[in-house]
Amino acid sequence: MTTTSDTRPASGPVDSAAVEPRTLTYSEAVREAMAQAMAADDRVFLFGEDVGTYGGAFGVSGDLVHRFGTERVRDTPISELGIVGAAVGAGLAGMRPIVEIQFSDFTAQAMDQIANQAAKIHFMLGGAATVPMVLRAPGGSGTGAAAQHSQSLEAWFAHVPGLKVVMPSTAADAKGLLLSAIDDPNPVIVLEHKLLYKQSGPVPEEPVRVPLGETAVRRTGTDVTIVATGVMVSRALEAAERLAADGVSAGVLDPRTLRPLDDRTIVDSVAATGRALLVQEAPKTGGFMSEIAARIVESPAFGRLQAPVSRLCGLDAPIPYAPQLEQAAVPQVDDIVTKAGELVRRW
Amino acid sequence: MTLTTDPESARHALTTMWTIRRFEEAVDDMFARGLMHGTMHLSIGQEAVPTGACMALSEGDYITSTHRGHGHCIAKGAKLDAMMAELLAKETGYCRGRGGSMHIADVATGNLGANGIVAGGVPIAAGAGLAVRMRGGSEVVVSFFGDGAVNEGAWHEGVNLAAIWDLPVVFVCENNRYGMSMSVDRAFNVDTLAERAHGYGIPGVTVDGNDPQAVHDAVADAVQRARSGGGPSFVEALTYRWKGHSKSDKNLYRTREEIESWRERDPIAAFEAAVTGGGATAGAATAPALSASDVEECRTLARDRVREAIRTANAAPDADAATLTDAVYAPAGEPIAGGARA
Repeated sequence: MTTTSDTRPASGPVDSAAVEPRTLTYSEAVREAMAQAMAADDRVFLFGEDVGTYGGAFGVSGDLVHRFGTERVRDTPISELGIVGAAVGAGLAGMRPIVEIQFSDFTAQAMDQIANQAAKIHFMLGGAATVPMVLRAPGGSGTGAAAQHSQSLEAWFAHVPGLKVVMPSTAADAKGLLLSAIDDPNPVIVLEHKLLYKQSGPVPEEPVRVPLGETAVRRTGTDVTIVATGVMVSRALEAAERLAADGVSAGVLDPRTLRPLDDRTIVDSVAATGRALLVQEAPKTGGFMSEIAARIVESPAFGRLQAPVSRLCGLDAPIPYAPQLEQAAVPQVDDIVTKAGELVRRW
Repeated sequence: MTLTTDPESARHALTTMWTIRRFEEAVDDMFARGLMHGTMHLSIGQEAVPTGACMALSEGDYITSTHRGHGHCIAKGAKLDAMMAELLAKETGYCRGRGGSMHIADVATGNLGANGIVAGGVPIAAGAGLAVRMRGGSEVVVSFFGDGAVNEGAWHEGVNLAAIWDLPVVFVCENNRYGMSMSVDRAFNVDTLAERAHGYGIPGVTVDGNDPQAVHDAVADAVQRARSGGGPSFVEALTYRWKGHSKSDKNLYRTREEIESWRERDPIAAFEAAVTGGGATAGAATAPALSASDVEECRTLARDRVREAIRTANAAPDADAATLTDAVYAPAGEPIAGGARA
């Protein structure tokens, strides 16, 4: 379990006093992680559609091509299945590829290489080979890009043994989790969020890793535990602030990695508060919060529940275009305030 | 390398083809007798392709293989006992019983693995080629696949990436005329699959896949081109699978006569005839590479190797369910990019 100050290393050789916090945007933090990894290790390279001179569809790779050249910041044709497959092969043959997929929706084009190849090769070969690779892709709605450019697909990946799945919600985590993902000898899917790219936060200048598999406690609370991922974390924090004004003490947990999942921190928190509100942008049915709900009710926290475990999710519908429809399709701060308040007052 | 006139090469090629044949026959037999579990895809009749192709490779070169991959493994130098142990669900198998027939790999010999997904290995081969290129290596990657793969999106994307980046990859198509039951005549609107290469701006040739010399020559040319920075090539090898696609195949889609006509073109029998000087292709002025007793020696060696592999594999412990989930994830290593773990 980590503390609320997730940007600070819990232990390790980097002295936290020496790490001068400065502010970066989430996308700058991603870029800095890639730059530091590429500077430190020749095996690390980035490739994907328009990651070179264009600087990435969301500007994340930015000037990296000018710093590392076109071999290591490599533009690819529009060819998701091919480039993810090439990452699998490059990883098998000793490189440390980072693939950028422009929108996480487009991973559907590459799913064979993700789910049948990357995820399974280490296991199918009895451990004789590893596939170290990182697939970065932005997900989420809120940009008016409609149903094929706005999905939250984390449950697809989290359902596949062999993949690790990361969802950074802060700039510091965007850097620290990506560094851990690049270190990892397994395929890691890093789902960034489009709405977070321009959000700023303190980010250590040093390459400080945030370990995979540690739930962050963003806020402590005694009445209800809110578990949220991606852009829902900041909405949950805003909701918790408003709930506090109404006398409801809501804690906010951010799992940060779905595989491996630190459910211990979640279960412990729910055992203490007796109430769990699970918030995700993705549609409710078969979503990852269903897994977290199951982990809670399978745990000793079950006996401490004072209210049914509750989910607040995106509608079971594709993401629509019209702004008023798009907003209605996924949880907003008001929805979290209302739902958490009900849980506390009704039970 | 002239396989039919150089005795050492002839011996190697013949022993390899017989080893593949005997291995596949043993598997077929054990499967029919209920001694082997699962499913498998046999390459009897296709032995000349992996044999000729792998003889054009050097140590350190990579291959990617297919669901019909036993021959590729053997030709690339895999250990027969570890292969057989894998098929017999043993802990000593290449994949410790996790992979079975469709996932045998031997990373030590550069075999990046068979693949249960048609064309799955093609972009992977491009990626291995990219890795070689980026680290300034001289290795070459041979990607084996069947005719069916040539209509998969993964094939087109993988070949295109290799082509635009001049990667050291040789795409070797074992055109055995059927993707399960779908014949190439019904699945393609081109006369030869090699024509597809031109759409990607790379050389493509079609050769007799039942002649290890023809396969070797075409692949050796392509390997030489790849190794010297000339980029990828496509070699289509025409061959035929004698057995069904897998255990469920009742051969409803082809005639007995067709199968018989291809059995008459047995790549091993033809090669034996060529190396002993009895074949139509034998040069009158050249001494036969092998004698009848040499040929017999190759056959015996292949048979004995396969028997020994079965004995060793049968004596090995069964794969252990207690460690089933061990290899789902690789254990973490050191941080690679400097700095610290938080």
